Amino acid sequence: MRDRGLIFTGLVLFLGLITFPVWYNLASGTSSKPPELKLPTTEKQCVAPTETMRMSHMEMLITWRDQVVRQNDRTYVAADGKRYDMSLTNTCLKCHDNKAEFCDKCHDYAGVKPYCWDCHIDPKLVQRSKG
Amino acid sequence: MTIHRRTFLGVAGLSAVALAGKSTIGALAKAGEEAAPAAGAATRWAMVIDPQRCLRKEGCKDCIGACDKVHNVPLFKDKDHEVKWIWKEPFENAFTGEENPYTAEALKDKPVLVFCNHCDNPPCVRVCPTKATWKREDGIVMMDWHRCIGCRYCMAACPYGSRSFNWLDPRPRIPALDPEFPTRTKGVVEKCTFCEERLAKGEQPACVEACPEKALVFGNLDDPASEVRSLLREHFTIRRKPELGTQPEIYYIV
Amino acid sequence: MFMFEKAVVGGKRYWAWIGALSAVILVGFLCYLLQLTEGLGITGLSRNVTWGMYIAQFTFFVGVAASAVMVVLPYYLHNYKAFGKLTILGEFLAISAVTMCMLFIFVDMGQPMRILNVMLHPTPGSMMFWDMISLSGYLVLNALIAYVTLSSERKEVPPPHWIKPIIILSIPWAVSIHTVTAFLYNGLPGRSFWLTAILAPRFLASAFAAGPALLILLCMIIRKLTKFDVGSEPIQKLAVIVTYAMIVNIFFVLMEIFTVFYSQIPEHMEHFKFLFVGLQGQAPLVPWMWTSMILAAASIFLLLVPRYRRNEKVLAVTCVMVFASLWIDKGLGLIIGGFTPSPLNVVTRYVPTAPELAIVVAIWAIGLLMITVFYKIALSVRERLAE
Repeated sequence: MRDRGLIFTGLVLFLGLITFPVWYNLASGTSSKPPELKLPTTEKQCVAPTETMRMSHMEMLITWRDQVVRQNDRTYVAADGKRYDMSLTNTCLKCHDNKAEFCDKCHDYAGVKPYCWDCHIDPKLVQRSKG
Repeated sequence: MTIHRRTFLGVAGLSAVALAGKSTIGALAKAGEEAAPAAGAATRWAMVIDPQRCLRKEGCKDCIGACDKVHNVPLFKDKDHEVKWIWKEPFENAFTGEENPYTAEALKDKPVLVFCNHCDNPPCVRVCPTKATWKREDGIVMMDWHRCIGCRYCMAACPYGSRSFNWLDPRPRIPALDPEFPTRTKGVVEKCTFCEERLAKGEQPACVEACPEKALVFGNLDDPASEVRSLLREHFTIRRKPELGTQPEIYYIV
Repeated sequence: MFMFEKAVVGGKRYWAWIGALSAVILVGFLCYLLQLTEGLGITGLSRNVTWGMYIAQFTFFVGVAASAVMVVLPYYLHNYKAFGKLTILGEFLAISAVTMCMLFIFVDMGQPMRILNVMLHPTPGSMMFWDMISLSGYLVLNALIAYVTLSSERKEVPPPHWIKPIIILSIPWAVSIHTVTAFLYNGLPGRSFWLTAILAPRFLASAFAAGPALLILLCMIIRKLTKFDVGSEPIQKLAVIVTYAMIVNIFFVLMEIFTVFYSQIPEHMEHFKFLFVGLQGQAPLVPWMWTSMILAAASIFLLLVPRYRRNEKVLAVTCVMVFASLWIDKGLGLIIGGFTPSPLNVVTRYVPTAPELAIVVAIWAIGLLMITVFYKIALSVRERLAE
């Protein structure tokens, strides 16, 4: 056990490194609490139940995208029979008019960067730049 | 053979359209689902352009402005990086090989409106390795900007120079963003889509609507009663590079 | 793994060379990062000249890759023993060249992250789909053949029987990669310069001249730097192949020129005018194209006269001339000339930018690095056997 010192230093270093994210979050004061999202005030009902939307809005948006762009089919029929225009900016963002406090906040928390916004425009952004 | 099938589908489509009615766009949903396949198959969008009318108002760029605005077409000052959906090209360039030393003064050096020809036999579609560009049943040569890998093979294949590539990020170069329509990302190809998003709402293409001289007429070739058909019946028209067999669906009245 | 341990032992000169190549690759990589963030706008490409250096280099190196068949075919089909020592060098050259081709395609993509869409949405109607299949297939074939034959050589046993049909398959496959690459261009209705059935044969002829010329040079360099000598017989045989291929290539070019200029169809003539005399007051490629022509003529002369061909010093110079002439013809003229003038008869000037050239040079360096490492492995195996 001549190398005891080296082994233990190595172990401590290793443990320190793999638990780094925990220390980093503690130090920078970010919490693991889910973000508080600003929900629309104008509308009570989304195109699907909250749980479904939370879990699989990305799949739904991809399906919408392919339906509209590739099939020229633009109408989504919700479970309750209500019809919607399949459009991220013109339908989703009409109610969820606060992209920063809704989409972005949760995406930031989850550490995902959807490339939707490379092309699709947040109408608020345009209004602000005009006003 | 094709003509027979076309005529048949034309008649079938007409009845379908008549049934669906023009005012039911709001209720299109249900009826649309059933009528869409038939109506789709019996629609062949095309455009007839009257260059003489187009020239009446000198320097007019209303159609180009309208298109650029509703589609968030960026404005690149550098000619090499230009993105163009509809633009004016001198007659000799638009109709290469048609010029002669005595080309009528009415035509020589005169600007002609050009854009995607929405060919019946589009070479760009043939070469695309990802089906990011394809021909819809109604004849529109469509683009899927989500799928395009930016190989620019379609640009090499298009004999009309109708396609543009986003060499740089277009967003900062768009004069006025219209949130109703997406912008594009750098690294994808784009072009005129015959305003398919407006057609879906029952509107005419933006350029057609904007033209003060009614020089652009848009309509369904499969409908014998359409204005495009009657214009083609009554006038001699030419198309760009017909010898290539691409079957362009933009007709120019001479 | 793949006898790579042999590539990590070497003298000072070896490591200096590896270090220099790595530095060049690093610079190119940084330039590629710039291209990735800014877009392809940092290159000299434009709306009218949409493909340039990247795709041109791709085309040229597909030829170099295909040319491995010129050593494989005589050895395996005609039992020409003198090429026995050469086949492995040809196969490694093919592997390196195909990898370069794939990299050139990759750096040309506007949305490289989406490149797998080609496989996700396979489109057999697109020649690019077939190009991907033929290139990757060729890479796999050659990697397998090189590995199996070299491993057997190291163990001093004859290669397994099952590899023979794979080697035979690699022969038509080599022809296919360059044919499909020609099909990329010559099926486009609006591009008169490429719209010619002679394109694929011409590609093959120029490939079978440029590739073996490069192989001759590599053999000479190896002889200088190591104890390994392929001998003069295979080099002379390769020189004969280069001679025939170069003559056939020029013959094909002249056939094309006759067709274009006797028929007098403007669309077909304009591209040649742009390349050789200039068009609409623009003549950026004229000195290059004439250099290429003069080098071609001079090299054919030097190859045809037995006294010069047999003199290895002259032959080395001749091979450089052949390679340079064909590189200009295919690596510059073919693509830029095809896009100029545009289908709307507009001449747009294309000048590659510094970052673009840095990326191109970096991919060459990657090719050279691969060749160095592979040849080092192959020659170490042989040196040990010789001891």
